[in-house]
This record gives sequence, C-alpha cells and structure tokens, in this order.
Amino acid sequence: MSIISTVKLNKIYAEDTFPVHATNDISVNFEQGEFSAIVGPSGCGKTTLLNLLGGLETPTSGEVIIDSKIITNLKSNELTDFRLRNIGFVFQAYNLIPVLTARENVEFIMHLQNYNKDERNARVEELLTAVGLKDKFNKRPGELSGGEQQRVAVARALASKPKFILADEPTANLDSKSTYALLDIMETLNEKENMTFIFSTHDSRVMERARRLVSLDDGKIVNDETK
Amino acid sequence: MIFSIAWKNVWRNKLRSSIVIASIIIGLLGGILYLAFAKGMVQQQVSSAIHSEISNIQIHHPQFLINDEIQYIVTNPDDKVNAIRKIEGVAEATSRITSAAMASSAITGTGIFIKGINVEEEKQITNIHTLLIDGTYFDTKLRNPAIIGEKLAKKLNVKVRSKIVVTIQSASGDISYSAFRVAGIFKTSNSNFDLMNVFVKKQDLAYIIGIEDTQATEVAVLLNHNNLTTAASEKIATLFSEEISKEILVVRTWEDISPVLKMMNEMTIQYSMIFVIIILVALSFGIINTMLMAIMERVREIGMLMAIGMNKIQVFFMIMLETIFLSITGGVLGLALSWALVTILGISGIDLSAIAEGLNSMGYSSFVYPELDFVYYALIGSLVIVTAIFASIMPARKALRFNPAEAVRHDA
Repeated sequence: MSIISTVKLNKIYAEDTFPVHATNDISVNFEQGEFSAIVGPSGCGKTTLLNLLGGLETPTSGEVIIDSKIITNLKSNELTDFRLRNIGFVFQAYNLIPVLTARENVEFIMHLQNYNKDERNARVEELLTAVGLKDKFNKRPGELSGGEQQRVAVARALASKPKFILADEPTANLDSKSTYALLDIMETLNEKENMTFIFSTHDSRVMERARRLVSLDDGKIVNDETK
Repeated sequence: MIFSIAWKNVWRNKLRSSIVIASIIIGLLGGILYLAFAKGMVQQQVSSAIHSEISNIQIHHPQFLINDEIQYIVTNPDDKVNAIRKIEGVAEATSRITSAAMASSAITGTGIFIKGINVEEEKQITNIHTLLIDGTYFDTKLRNPAIIGEKLAKKLNVKVRSKIVVTIQSASGDISYSAFRVAGIFKTSNSNFDLMNVFVKKQDLAYIIGIEDTQATEVAVLLNHNNLTTAASEKIATLFSEEISKEILVVRTWEDISPVLKMMNEMTIQYSMIFVIIILVALSFGIINTMLMAIMERVREIGMLMAIGMNKIQVFFMIMLETIFLSITGGVLGLALSWALVTILGISGIDLSAIAEGLNSMGYSSFVYPELDFVYYALIGSLVIVTAIFASIMPARKALRFNPAEAVRHDA
C-alpha cells in the first residue's frame, strides 16, 4: 500500500494573470521504504511537487493522500499539526536555528510534540550519534561545517518519528565529501529503519544513489524509473 | 523551549538590541524623572501649605466661611481641641481667632489675614517658627508682638521692632485700631502667603476684637500623615455630628479648603503620566521597527519553523515573547536606574534658586526633592509590558503571513 499518493495534482501559479502550470495532472505513488528522487531541469516543478506532498502548498486541483488521509482537505492548523506528526523536512539551506545548539535544534521539534525530557534526551543522543555528530552535541550551527549542519537537519527531520522525509535539494550547498557522507547516513537510515526518503534534486550524486527516479518536465512526469 | 529561543533571539544582534534597550532606559529615565520632579514639587507645595498655612483639617462655623465676621465662632473650642487630640493619627490641634484686617505702616497699608494663635500649640501645628529670617518667634518683651511675612515687611517697609497698625472690625461691629510691633519676619515657599498673613498672640487679638481669648473662629488639626486626612476628618465629623446637623459647625480637609491645590496635585500627576505614556508610545514605534527588522532577517528560519509544525499561535507567542523580553530588559534597567536617580536627587534635592521668585509666587519651593511612590514604578512597569505586547502585534502578524513554502527558500 502506498504511503503517499497523488491524484491528478495540479498547481497553477498566477492563475488570473499569467498562469503557470507548475504541476500538471500528476498522479504518482510512493511506497513505504522508498529511496526516491524527483528529478528534472530547473523550473520543471520538482520543488512544487515536493511542497504539495509535504502540505506546504495547496494544489489548485487534485488530491494528496498520505497514509489513506486526504491532506488537501485539511484546514491550515490541521495541516500544520499533520506535518508535525507525519513528515520530516530537510531543506537546501539547512535552516537550523542559529541560537540553539545541535542538541537543541533536534530537541525542539520533540518539544512541539510534547515528548518528556527522558524521551527527548534518549532520542537526541541516538539520532546525533547516528548522523556522526556524537562529539558535537553542544555546537551551534555557526560552529559546524555545511555538511555537519545538514546532518543535524536530517537528525531533526527524524526526531519527530515521521512517516517519511522530504528533502529539497539537500546536497546543493555541500562539497562531494559531505554529500557522500550525508547520502551514506540517509541510506543507512533507509535500510535499517525502513525510513522513506523522497528527494527533489538535480544533483547527479543523489540520482546515482536513488533507487527510483521520477523525472519531471514542464510539470508533467515524463519518466518513472525504478533501478 | 519557546521562552529559551525567544530570549536567545533577543541577543542574536547584540548591538541592535542594546540600542533599543538603551532607548527604553533613556525614555523611562526622562519620563520617571519628570514625573518624580513634578510629584516632588507638588508634594512640597501641599506639604508646605499644610504645615505653614492650612493644616490637614479645619473646623469653622459654616457662616464664617461665607462672611468672616467674629460672631460666627466655634463653640467650646478648647473642649473640641482636647477631644480631637484623642483621635488616632492626630499630631496636634489648636484653636485660633482669625479675621480679615488692614495693616498699615508709615509708608503704606494693605489688606491682610490676621491670626490670633496659642503660641506654643501653634508651634506643633505650623512651622512658621522655623521659617523666621529675622527676629524671634514671640520671644520678646515687646507689647503686641506680631510675626509677619517677608513680602509684607517689604511692602510696608518695616523691619523687626517696627510698628504696624492693624485696623479690624470688633465684635460689636465697630472699627478698632491697635499697634503691633514686628517681632519676627518669616519666609515660606509661598510669597503670596507671606504677603497676606500676620500672626499675633490670641489674647492680644481677642482683646482688640472684644471677645474672650477662650473663644475661637477656627480649630486647626495637624495629622501624623497626610494619608490619614479622610479617616480623621470622618472621625471628627462623627464626634461633632450634632453641631454639624444643626449647621453651626463644618469640618473641612485641606482638599476642601484649597481645591486648587488638590486640583494642581492631581493634574500634575495626570499630565506627567500622559507624558510618560507619550514616551512609551514613541518607544513602541522603535520596538516595532526593530522587531520588524528582526523578523525580516529570519524569514527562512520562521518559514522552517512553520513547515516543520510550529503552529501560528506558537509563532505569534514566540515573537511576542521576544518583544516582551527586549522591552522588559530595558524596562527593568530603566526603572532601576530611575529609582536610583530619584532616590539620590530626593536626598540631595534640585536647586532652582535661579528662578526662585517665580516659583515662590506660585507657592512652589525653589529647592525640589523629587519623589515617586512604588505604585508609580509598578504602574510604569506594567505600561512597559502593555507597550511591548502592543508593539509585538505588527511584527508577529507579519510573520504569520509568511508562506512556509516560499519562506524556506527566501534569500537571507
């Protein structure tokens, strides 16, 4: 059974003036445990599709169904709560809170979910160790390299125990060494914990590792290839 | 954790936050100092009026207040004085004979209020004996000694031991004359009072007017603290309720006697508070501007928080807390510094002798001791919090309008 499905998903920007079809009748399914990438040239609709899957944008028409729930019908506050409990996000620019340490950045989302202190401590330790930052718990983002910051962001995305992780160009700002280190960590988490990862990327290094490539062009799926 | 993030965010840009905090400190310092100065000035005016002129409470025959003829006396004044002294909070009470009169010297004459006093009792009620700039407080062998104000002495061109002639209406309705010798010259902070008032011994004035010196037209009461005025006046009114109901006695507080003084007291505080509020409103625009800058610098971060599941209430609360923390830091420091400065100036005083003449003519002292009750610090502290909440609304609403999908990709 699919963990994520879309049905004839359309997103049209500037509908009243100069309509731009960012996604065009996209129907696609993602299964639990996938390590997939949405690929395509700039402006093909990768990020828009990822935002629609994550409930960050509302489609013009069509449905996004996550774990049998149609999220496109949810109200804004319901959608926020749904994202908190079901979806992990990794962004291109890391987007960590600069005034918090690595530990606090990961812990923060669990505060929002009202985990108790013992649960938070155990999970933070487990996750930061898993992403190879055991000795950098108390470093602030400014004291970490780009690769390390992105690993904190991955740990943060996992902290809320989401059903899947959406990663928007996660390696765009990283050098090769950091990129491979990050991909290794994500692959390990995918294999060991069966965590679903969906990337939006045009980075060939990510495409090499992804086991499924969903190619977009002009907002349409032009190829869907499983390796 | 939102509290922790909000507090840390305040210090993210130390220079900017410090400038805002400094502006709050300076604003509060200016506002509170002005308020304390105005309050000190008015309180000194009230205190001076109570201790030199009108006391806390006065008792008269109601008709005497309309037409100050000597027939409208307070009956059994000594019994009343003794009864009043037993009331809690009463420092001293005394009876007086008061009348309008004319004082003349060889040069000129002028209208005055003459007060026949019990010399020793009066020392416990008014502080005229401490305000002498020349002569003595009835410590003289001069016949019919009088204590007059400096301004009256200048107007009549008299000095200590000079003779003045007082013309007054006697109990029989005739005009009486009597010569007094200036025994002392006083100077209060109210030059008009100094021009208009003459103190003589009660028995001397009673003799001229033709009444017994056990009679009186006025009973004056001084209390241990001005705050006791209402309670004490109610007790006195209860004590003499029978005479009050017969309309032969009236009890008045200093606020009834000098409504202008009461109004000045209240208005000065109100105007000063309006001034403080204007400062806070002006500061709020600075805070709004700073917070808007802080928000616009963190579009991506706020977008991320919204994306990962921080709801609108939590985002609003976080930004509001940041604004409140910023304002409270400035507020606490501003209030503490203001308190310290007001306390120091309250001891050392502010010398305004360069404009003493103008101030004295309005009844103000030329040496001002700023003072401010704790309740005003608490009130201004509360206003700072209200200002912070008000100032946080616009930046918080701005943040809530961010679209998380766009905000997370915003260029920093």
